[in-house]
Formats: sequence, structure tokens, C-alpha cells
Amino acid sequence: MSEMLTKEPVRTGEQSIGGLFLAVLKRDLLLSYRCRSDLVNPLIFFLMVATLFPLGVSPEPDFLAQVAPGVVWVAALLATLLSMDSVFRSDYEDGTLEQTLLSPQPLFVVVLGKITAHWMLTGLPLALLAPLLGVMLFLPEGGMGGLMLSLLLGTPTLSLVGAIGAALTVGLRKGGVLISLLVLPLYIPVLIFGTSAVQAAVTGLPLDGYIALLGAMLALGIGLAPLAVGAALRISVSG
Amino acid sequence: MEICGNNTFLHSDGCCTGCEFVYNEPLNYCVGNAALKYRNKPGFRLGVGVLSEPLLTVERLFCERDDRILFDNLSFDVKQGEVVQIEGQNGSGKTTLLRILSGLSRNFEGDIYWKGDHISDVAEDFRLSLLYFGHQPGVKAILTPEENLNWYAAMHPSIDQQRIFDALEQVGLKGYEDVPCHMLSAGQNRRVSLARLYLSNARLWILDEPFTAIDKRGVAEKEALIARHAEQGGSVILTTHHELNMGDRVRRINLDKLAGTS
Repeated sequence: MSEMLTKEPVRTGEQSIGGLFLAVLKRDLLLSYRCRSDLVNPLIFFLMVATLFPLGVSPEPDFLAQVAPGVVWVAALLATLLSMDSVFRSDYEDGTLEQTLLSPQPLFVVVLGKITAHWMLTGLPLALLAPLLGVMLFLPEGGMGGLMLSLLLGTPTLSLVGAIGAALTVGLRKGGVLISLLVLPLYIPVLIFGTSAVQAAVTGLPLDGYIALLGAMLALGIGLAPLAVGAALRISVSG
Repeated sequence: MEICGNNTFLHSDGCCTGCEFVYNEPLNYCVGNAALKYRNKPGFRLGVGVLSEPLLTVERLFCERDDRILFDNLSFDVKQGEVVQIEGQNGSGKTTLLRILSGLSRNFEGDIYWKGDHISDVAEDFRLSLLYFGHQPGVKAILTPEENLNWYAAMHPSIDQQRIFDALEQVGLKGYEDVPCHMLSAGQNRRVSLARLYLSNARLWILDEPFTAIDKRGVAEKEALIARHAEQGGSVILTTHHELNMGDRVRRINLDKLAGTS
């Protein structure tokens, strides 16, 4: 007489959505911790742009203070873009992604966990490092708060949107260039409102409006991007 | 054991109206089409005799790849307790077929039914009952075998986490729990992935070349495991170039013959 298989497989081990999210987050952070060299790559890029920019253009404090918000934001945006290709790449190559897609767990939560882990390892350090770059580029003190706040709200959106591009191109051998083409147009609104927020902070104008818009984009991203990423992953794996 | 062949038989507890067959002993075990309909009733258990009801039904499957027809009008079903071996030359579409059946690939025409329901309607139930073992083992090289299986268990809520160490012992990886997988051999990496067979409660196993890089004793053990799974009422669809020693339990589907022209 059959013992276990005649009954339907049921969800044992009460695992909530939050538990799943944390499990994904923990695993991705552990994976990144095991290969730390990939971790510092975007940060070094970020620092290098800010260091080389005054050398290449002009070391004049007045001039640098004027362009600082834009330079820091563009550097952060490119650093995020640089790291985007690897989000699903290794999972795709070793077959973990197939297993994830075939699991009964909600893909939305898994994808959101992966993107959160990605942001914690790129966007968050970039935002924390930004004041240092601000000082290097003579950004007036009043703009520091605006710079950090705009980056903290803006970089998660960059990760979310970038993940859509990464998911669409993960099946291709050389997806890196294509990601930039797909995703850069969608990054532009974030860049515009991000730099405007910093400039408003520098000139002492209220920046609530810009921050609200960045927050709205982030909310929209959290709600919709994981759905798009999930669908894109299914297409990529199916091909 | 008495079998009733009356289609309009009414069971005393009322659960079996319209059953094709009803086992009187033990009570509450029902088979036939209606049995599946009543499977969600409390206290009702599906009998092993449900052999007549296919788990997976494939109808008129058509798949084309690079202007070459891999299979056309392919229909078959997989019943409970059956081992189905997909045969064919390299490039005949074995892996493609398994990827279609598992739901990974959508480049096909035709219909697939899971316990009588269209697969797209019961996707979650199907995934809960599926174990897919693909070409890529799904093992992270920088994680240890234990961490890899922990991840798998997190993704499959029906798995009991306590069984991970047992499973690793079963596949001969006791003592390697904390060694990163990139330090293990290719065969050992396959074994990490095969340990899922010992963990899983899934009913349907879809195994694509499960014996690659596994030594002779390992293959014999896995064969025994597959046979046991089938005996317990599970179903297995697999491809392998290895001769299976399972007698007439194995049903073979040859893709070369089906394709005809290729």
C-alpha cells in the first residue's frame, strides 16, 4: 500500500511570504560575500569617475560645485548599470534559475528579494559613499542631505528597472550592451528628478516635490517591476 | 477486496457517486474519474488503484526548432506508478520534450493536462508535485552541498528540512556537507543535485539524463530509488542512454519513430 505519494503534496513547514523573502535575501547576500571582488567593482568605478572628473575638466571649486550633483548622479547611475548584467547571470548558467521558475513559490517575492539584495550591495553603498564624493567635488554642505536622500530613493528604482533589462537579456551570450540600450531611456526620469533634488537643496529651495516624485517612481517600481522581471525570466528560460 | 463496476454506485458515505470502480476494503479508498473529483473531500484518500487515471496527459504535441519538426501529433499519457523512458538519437528532441512537459519551454503547440485539468489552470498544484532534474544540475559552486539543499527546501515548501542530512548521506556525501561545491568532483556535484530525489515529496519526477557522471553503484542505487518511487504510486519520465534494469515497468517512447521523416 502506498504510503506517502497517495496523498497530495502539501505545504508543510509554515513558510510565510516574509520568510521566503528573507531566505532569498540571505542567500544572495551570502553568495556575494563569497565572491567579494565583484562587490567592490561598482564602488571603485563610482570613486574613479569622481576622482578623474576634476582632473579631466577643471579643478576650479566654483565650477565643480556647479556640476557636482550631475556628476555624482551620473556616476551612480552608470555604476548600477555596470553591475546589472550579473543579477541573474550565474543563476541562469548553473540551472538554479530553472529550479526557481519551477518551484511553487511566488516568483514576485523571489525576484523582489533578489533585487533588494542587489540594491543593498550596490545602491546602498553608493548612497552612503556619495557625501565623500560630494566633498571631493566641492558640493556645498547644504546639498549633502538632498544628495543622500535622492540617491537612497533613486537607486532602488534603478535596480528595479535594470533588473527588467537583465532578465530580458539573460538568455543571450552578450547581453551587456543590450541592457544599456533597453534600460537607459527609463533611467533618464530618475536622473532628472534626482539631480534636480540635489540642486534644489544646494540653492535652499524646498525639495519635497522632487523627493515625492522619486518616491512615487520607487513605489511604482516595487509594484510592477518584479512582475515584468518574472515574465521576462520565463521568456528567457523558455528560449 | 470487492470491486464494483457499476457507474452509478453510491458509496455509503456518499463520496463515490458515479465512480467507475469502488474498493470496499479499506473504506474511503476510491478509484476512477470521480475519485479525482472528490480528492479534496475531508477524510477521503485516493486509492492506489487509481492506475486507470493518468497523472499527465499529452495531446497532439507539436514542436518545431530551427525549421525542423522535432515531433508532430505526439500524444501519450503517464499513469501513476509508471516509468516512461523517452528514447531517441542526440538532437531528436528529448530534452526539449522534457522542458515542455515541466513547463519551462513554451515553444510548442498542443495541450498538456495534469490530472485532467489543463496545465495552465493548475500551475501551482503541478509545480508542487513536480521534481525536475535538468542538464544543468542547479548547484551553486560557491555554496556548500548543505546550503544548496537548504535553498532548494526554501523554494519547495513541501520539503522537510530535517531530511537534508539524511539525503546527503544517502547520496554518499556525508562528511562533505561544509565543503564548497567547486571543490567537489563533477560526479559529486551531480550527486548534490540528485539528493533532491531523496528529499522530495513530488509525485512526478522529470529526469533528464540523471545518470551522467555517476558511478556504477550510484546508478544502481538511483534505479532502485526510481523503482521505489513508482511502486509508491509516483510517476517518472526520464531520458537516459543507460540500459534500465526495471523489467516491464518501463514504458518506452521513441522520438525517432514518431518524427518519421527526421
